Amino acid sequence: MWRRSPSFILDRHSSSSPPMADTTRVPFQNPDSISAYYQARAAHHGVISIDWLAQAKAAVGDVSADEQLNSTVADLGTEKSFNVIEEFNNWRKQPDLAEAVAAIRALAAVIRASEATTMMELEIELKKASDTLKSWDKTSISLTAGCDLFIRYVTRTSALEYEDFNSAKSRLLERAEKFGEISCKARKIIAMLSQDFIFDGCTILVHGFSRVVLEILKTAAQNNKLFRVLCTEGRPDGTGVLLSNELSKLDIPVKLLLDSAVAYSMDEVDMVFAGADGVVESGGIINMMGTYQIALVAHSMNKPVYVAAESYKFARLYPLDQKDMAPALRPIEFGIKIPAKVEVERSARDYTPPQYLTLLFTDLGVLSPSVVSDELIQLYL
Amino acid sequence: MESRRNPRAVVDPKVRQVGFFTSSQPDSTQQQQPDPIASVSSPPVSTISPSGNSLSPVMIPPPRHNSSDTFPLRGAAAAAASAVSPSSFSYSSRRDFPDGSMTASPGRVSRGSFVKSYVPVASSLPGVGIDSMAAAKSSSVPATGLTTVSVVNMPPGLSEEVQSDQKNNSKSLKEKTTKAERRALQEAQRAAKAAAKAEGGGKVPPVTLGSVAGTSVKAAKTAKPTSQKNDVVVAAGPSEKKGGPSEKDRKKDAPHPRMQYDDESRVVKAKRRAVVKQTEAKNRVELFRHLPQYEHGTQLPDLETKFFQLDPMHPAVYKVGLQYLSGDIAGGNARCIAMLQAFQEVVKDYSTPPEKTLNRDMTAKISSYVSFLIECRPLSVSMGNAIRFVKNRIAKLPITLSESEAKAALQSDIETFINEKIIVADNVIVKHAVTKIRDGDVLLTYGSPTAVEMVLLRAHELRKKFRVLVVDSRPKLEGQLLLRRLIKRGINCTYTHINAISYIMHEVTKVFLGASSVLSNGTVYSRVGTACVAMVANAFRVPVLVCCEAYKFHERVQLDSICSNELGDPNAISKVRGREDINYLDGLTNNTNLQFLNLMYDATPSDYISMIITDYGMVPPTSVPVIVREYQKEHVLV
Repeated sequence: MWRRSPSFILDRHSSSSPPMADTTRVPFQNPDSISAYYQARAAHHGVISIDWLAQAKAAVGDVSADEQLNSTVADLGTEKSFNVIEEFNNWRKQPDLAEAVAAIRALAAVIRASEATTMMELEIELKKASDTLKSWDKTSISLTAGCDLFIRYVTRTSALEYEDFNSAKSRLLERAEKFGEISCKARKIIAMLSQDFIFDGCTILVHGFSRVVLEILKTAAQNNKLFRVLCTEGRPDGTGVLLSNELSKLDIPVKLLLDSAVAYSMDEVDMVFAGADGVVESGGIINMMGTYQIALVAHSMNKPVYVAAESYKFARLYPLDQKDMAPALRPIEFGIKIPAKVEVERSARDYTPPQYLTLLFTDLGVLSPSVVSDELIQLYL
Repeated sequence: MESRRNPRAVVDPKVRQVGFFTSSQPDSTQQQQPDPIASVSSPPVSTISPSGNSLSPVMIPPPRHNSSDTFPLRGAAAAAASAVSPSSFSYSSRRDFPDGSMTASPGRVSRGSFVKSYVPVASSLPGVGIDSMAAAKSSSVPATGLTTVSVVNMPPGLSEEVQSDQKNNSKSLKEKTTKAERRALQEAQRAAKAAAKAEGGGKVPPVTLGSVAGTSVKAAKTAKPTSQKNDVVVAAGPSEKKGGPSEKDRKKDAPHPRMQYDDESRVVKAKRRAVVKQTEAKNRVELFRHLPQYEHGTQLPDLETKFFQLDPMHPAVYKVGLQYLSGDIAGGNARCIAMLQAFQEVVKDYSTPPEKTLNRDMTAKISSYVSFLIECRPLSVSMGNAIRFVKNRIAKLPITLSESEAKAALQSDIETFINEKIIVADNVIVKHAVTKIRDGDVLLTYGSPTAVEMVLLRAHELRKKFRVLVVDSRPKLEGQLLLRRLIKRGINCTYTHINAISYIMHEVTKVFLGASSVLSNGTVYSRVGTACVAMVANAFRVPVLVCCEAYKFHERVQLDSICSNELGDPNAISKVRGREDINYLDGLTNNTNLQFLNLMYDATPSDYISMIITDYGMVPPTSVPVIVREYQKEHVLV
């Protein structure tokens, strides 16, 4: 209802709300379209809610049932997809592992376990498995991007021209493993690359609990750099508190800020670090709610904003504005009762346009935001 | 330092002096003239243009003056050369500058180099659009420029004439210097020869002749046949084929009656080869002298009568050229497709002459057809890229193919190009763009871009709820065509003119624009007015989406809308169709204080563009050079 156009009153009359088709199709998606991705993140951070547990159980259980019902392929197919989700869940249980990496590993396992005899069949299997994974959580950008990139990367080889299927398959497997390796090691590479940007005596502002950024700061501390960190509180997930816990374990001086105190403290900040849920084609990032705000303030005060993101997060999305993305909602507790008539903005993430970002630290190197599109073009061409 | 400053009172305001000036006092600089000029001639082109000597290259002078024309010519040439991206054309002029030891010859050389280098470049790479501009420039400049035969006498002659120029504003220069007298004599001789060979003295109306003569300085020397020859030969200039550097040195670019030709036969040949008799427009805006501007309405009847005499020209190409001239076919895609289909006909009817190879001969033919089309209307970038593709294909034909096989291969290649790069590309663009249209959107579009129209129609088919705001502008009023087609499909539309753009922008959610071309630095080169719309949208923080097929991308870079553009019919501005009572400007077309400027294109900086939708997907403007690179690779591989 709240649109750009001041004629929203007219628009409300003329338009009818689009039917929520998505939720009916996929039974294990919460009809309220609470983002499973953010709930999973919350779970990792120890903030487990009963809903999520039930949902996860339902997900694992339902998927197999779902696949058996919908699968048009023989038992082979069902086993595979069952396999994929199982594998995925196995991987996902480690809180340190990124979801996309888990998915990539699972897909590599699909190739390994595949009993297809032709290349087309293998590709179709891969596609099915990736669709299943993606449908697990439609709001997770890195998952979708990771799966897509994996498939493009793996099938983008001239090995497919070979006569011998087995050699082609082993080549595919090789590439899949390699991609998995790269993705796993991505964090370490990024941490290494960003060491040059942290100098002694600097003050870093961090928003959200990004494991990549944590890795960077950890490595810097291990290299005996002297710096201090300002963390935003990160409501409602409380990510700031968690991050400050972690950092204090590493003996890094930390200061917690209210989300609203960012502009107040921006003077004493030397640089801003942020992770990314996804990097879009324009070079902008989609990250936890509040990143855009901080980037705007930093930009207006001429502070550099550095984004640490692995390369499998490059997505083929191109949001024009904040509302142009698939919505990802999460429950927000205010601590006090809110009357029912009051709407709450529950979106979990926002889009930061590329002009407010200075550099991207990726495992492909330290890049400027416009390089994202170049990389994607070369991969998808 | 006071000597460096030009006393403003003396200078004709029409003369735009750019950059530093040394003293403009002719008497004091009489002795200095040779040096600055000589020194100016030697340094590379890039340094000449803005920071040059006052009298020499920098000045964009009034058309009358004999001698000053050489320098502005050179300067304008230099300016164009420096503005144009590196191409063989600019290299040749660069090369020629240091060669010119004599002051006048660089001027001549530069113009010669324009014509000569134009053609080889036309058959090789960078945008034919630029080259046509350069050629057009070369053809337009001679109308006003003048080179002198005797180089040695240039400096004193120049200073004298400059002095007189500054004092004398009248179009017809009555003063004759000794040099001028000599020139007049030579020109009279030339005119006599030309008149003898002229195809028909009565074709070009005397009025235009007189006015053309009027614009140029040499009214004193100009005989009617001379002007006519000038007009004809000017148009023929660009159609000159091969030119080696040595020829460039000798030959002036566009055969100009007031210019001295070393090679009589060349001039005559060029004139004979010219198909379109373009008459130079009078009273042109100084800043746009480098662009061709012809009298509208004079060529069409002439060409139509010549329809059955067109030996060298294929009828399909002739027809397309006429359609361009009359404005029947407009728009990047339409023109390109029409041209390619004409080329298909050409290939179908082609038969290799004896003793010639198919590759070379067909390439030569295509080049000649292209120059004819340029005479009708300057090429758009889409057409330039398509021509490059066709020539590439011809060159790549294996020698072993028989003629019919080669012809069939070519025809199918052209067909594939049209299909893949235009038709299917449009479908892909539509597919991407409709994902950006949401219910409740208010979409603004400007002019009549084909790609955007398809997007809107498709979105309507998909039952999205949106309304469209069509912004239009004079004199073409192209938006009305789009409006009609949208209304027919039942789309909710609003129509307004561009002067209301800031008034309605606040209710717009997205802006969809089309493009004639997207350049390497992300600049969008499109119908004039697009930059204005994009700028206002940016100010209101409305996202601007440009829909453009990838074959329209070009690797050149353009920083402003001046260095490369197209001038339309100036009368279209002064008149309003259907409103005969708006005739305030009648009779003012020849007034020296008033020039009409009808630009066709403008350049929108990449900062105002949010996204470019191409058949390669949705990309930010910064990724255009990547696509250009990948695109060319594709050509090479394919």
